[in-house]
Amino acid sequence: MSLNILMPALSPTMEEGTLSKWLVKEGDIVTSGDLIAEIETDKATMEVESIDDGTIGKILVNEGQESIKVNEPIAILLLEGETLSDIESMHEAKLPEVTKNLDKIENKPKIDISSKEMAKIELVTDKNIEPVKQNKTRIFVSPLAKRLAKQRNIDLSLISGSGANGRILKNDIENFNNNKNLLQSEITLNNNKSELVKNSSMRKTIAERLVQSKNEAPHFYLSLDCNIDQLLKIRSLINLKSNDQYKISVNDMIIKAASSTLIKVPQANASWENENTRYFKNTDISVAVAIDGGLITPIIKNVQSKGLLEISEDMKILANKAKSGKLLPEEYIGGSFSISNLGMYGIKEFSAVINPPQGAILAVGSGEKRPIVINDQITIANMMTVTLSCDHRVVDGAVGAEFLSVFKDFIENPSLMLL
Amino acid sequence: MNNSDYDIIVIGGGPGGYVAAIRASQLGMSVALIEDKHLGGICLNWGCIPTKALLRASEIKHMLDNVGEFGFSVSNIKIDINNITKRSRKVADQLSTGISHLLKKNKVKVFDGFAQLEKGTPNLKTVKVKTQDSDIVIKAKNVIIATGARSRNLPFVSSDGKNIWDYKTAMTPTELPKSITVIGSGAIGVEFASFYNDLGVKVTVVEALPSILPNEDEDISKIVETNFVKRGIDIKTNTTLKAVKMFDKNISAEILCDGNVETIISEKLILAIGIIANTENVGLEKFNIKMDNGHIITNEWLETDEKGIFAIGDVTEGPWLAHKASHEGTLCVEKIAGYKNLKPIEKTSIPGCTYCRPQVASIGLTEKKAKSKNLKVKIGKFPFLGNGKAIAMGDSEGLIKTIFDEDTGELIGAHMVGPEVTELIQGFSIAKKLETTEHELMHTIFPHPTLSESMHESVLDAYNQAIHY
Repeated sequence: MSLNILMPALSPTMEEGTLSKWLVKEGDIVTSGDLIAEIETDKATMEVESIDDGTIGKILVNEGQESIKVNEPIAILLLEGETLSDIESMHEAKLPEVTKNLDKIENKPKIDISSKEMAKIELVTDKNIEPVKQNKTRIFVSPLAKRLAKQRNIDLSLISGSGANGRILKNDIENFNNNKNLLQSEITLNNNKSELVKNSSMRKTIAERLVQSKNEAPHFYLSLDCNIDQLLKIRSLINLKSNDQYKISVNDMIIKAASSTLIKVPQANASWENENTRYFKNTDISVAVAIDGGLITPIIKNVQSKGLLEISEDMKILANKAKSGKLLPEEYIGGSFSISNLGMYGIKEFSAVINPPQGAILAVGSGEKRPIVINDQITIANMMTVTLSCDHRVVDGAVGAEFLSVFKDFIENPSLMLL
Repeated sequence: MNNSDYDIIVIGGGPGGYVAAIRASQLGMSVALIEDKHLGGICLNWGCIPTKALLRASEIKHMLDNVGEFGFSVSNIKIDINNITKRSRKVADQLSTGISHLLKKNKVKVFDGFAQLEKGTPNLKTVKVKTQDSDIVIKAKNVIIATGARSRNLPFVSSDGKNIWDYKTAMTPTELPKSITVIGSGAIGVEFASFYNDLGVKVTVVEALPSILPNEDEDISKIVETNFVKRGIDIKTNTTLKAVKMFDKNISAEILCDGNVETIISEKLILAIGIIANTENVGLEKFNIKMDNGHIITNEWLETDEKGIFAIGDVTEGPWLAHKASHEGTLCVEKIAGYKNLKPIEKTSIPGCTYCRPQVASIGLTEKKAKSKNLKVKIGKFPFLGNGKAIAMGDSEGLIKTIFDEDTGELIGAHMVGPEVTELIQGFSIAKKLETTEHELMHTIFPHPTLSESMHESVLDAYNQAIHY
């Protein structure tokens, strides 16, 4: 009995992915553990291994094909003694008819494909093996519109119907095509002056999440200037003793300060979950890292129980992984609070978009010498402006203000973080 | 002067206007309706309804002439045209009174008078109503013009009510003439031709275009024409009327038939060459309202270029049918009420019915029009000769023709001629509205034995699956 190699769920939230590259071709003999394909998810590109020995009988999706639903068959693996003709009769059910294959899948105790790294997540996907069926909500569509959509290869779920109860009608199908044509003709018009770059899965995810955040979370912003003279001094001291074993950055200290603040102001360490508000006990800090083609927020977990050295090392490893697209889902999904630091670009201050469902994000500007007034005297100090974006559903003005004032206290008196 | 404010003023109480008024009232709006002649409009008083009463009489006459086939013998059949006319008027009156009650029940304020739009403010339309006693000025946010249309005359001949008839005089004859020439073979023309022929009048039909019922599918027109000719109706197609003279007590109609000048002598002449919109003295010229060929131009929601002024029914573009007017009335009122998800009227979804014998009913594109649009079509035809119920009824002349888009299976046209087809066409109207394809129609169970089975068979025939033919 041949096996369907299915689109793996590379993260608990992954619903679909892009098959960016096949590493095998039809007829190739593979053994368990061989890399067979690269799959681009909303966050990263990952390699997929075969867990069975056999021959690649048939490749069902082309390289570059997007929006392949999790658990959709992507290839057929022939087991020992089988030939391609054996499966051809059985496999009149091709790509779109996933449901036909579901029975077979359900009878199989093991997942057809996995990667060693994915071992933990496998447990989750195993239970989720039926999402294709579950996600199907009824689409109201006229028989004619249905036929037109089929003929033109249009996904009905992309169309909002104009008929009663949203029923999709002939016109909706035709307008859908017209819009597409319009778009295409506009693109040709502008060809000389612009370049069209296909949006990657990551870009789409960023777009979706940020729009969701701005649409749903009522943002407000609080800013405060922090004197970082003490912090810089202590940082130099620490780094002086390092013998090049480590180098603590200002950012590492900000992460620690934020964590210490969240422990003191736990109301700000929270996320909005519609019916409930979740208050986190740990401080898992998501740190925005710019990467090729977008950004990602790897998480430094349990910062409250980590020292600066550990934070610094974690940060280095995660940033490298992020830049090479090797982050595991659990390394970037979750987190209780975010920090975005654009200080290295000389940005004085800015406000960041909240990373949903978190309740707040701290935007950190650059440290710079500014004239300040102390005891009615103008003096020069290293100052840094931070701006907290709060989701008002979770974090009220007073809570946000308290967070910033405690944070300022930690930044200006770093030794307090030792407590 | 009495100043009143309404949400909507409807000008005209025909099937467009009164339906609009009732619908508006249902939606909680305060409505005034102004009618200067008779509630129910032409349709109810001088059109659809009284002619159906007349045609019922001629149908009975036809049955009486053929009762032998069913085992009866009847002799000494006399036609009393005055009683036939009287019944027709009674039917119209009964319904007109009914409309009056409906409007009252729905709290529509009815003014008996002639309405004229005044230059008001953009947000408050002003209408002057000339009643018998005085002029009343009323104001509303929206005005719906539903003034309808009347029959058209030719430059050299107008109806005079004596020898040259329009539809009104044609449906109230005091005695049966020996011969009638009907100019125009649209629905009105062929209905009168059929009526008078069945009552024994010698009828000639003159049509400028190559076939009678020129808007119908050619196959359908041909069957009606064959039937008419068989009954002794003279059909002159490709023929235009050039001049009309009185000749003794008769009318001499000079016609140009395929390039030859001929003369038709008849006692009466019926002008049924179309309609003109009633747009005079309504005050349209004071506003930015565009016209095309005498008819008011509106957008797809029946609004004119003047915001807040709507026009529906025969005063707008065709087809000039009562059910189109009524639907427009509902649509424009719901639009005013802010309804979402409304759909503009699609002309190809308006059925048309003609009640001559045999009846004609159709919806959508004819074969010719479909082909002129370069559509690839599948055509099904089923004659009533293959239908058990039709044969049992002794009325098996006719055909049902269905036209499908070959690529998509969309029902793009249905054309019927034969017994009770005017009652059958709604089946295809629903099918079209719901956007069914041949598949659903083929798998619908039609009851046996009914005339409607022929609809099913016609669909099956389009895909070479007809059983009984």
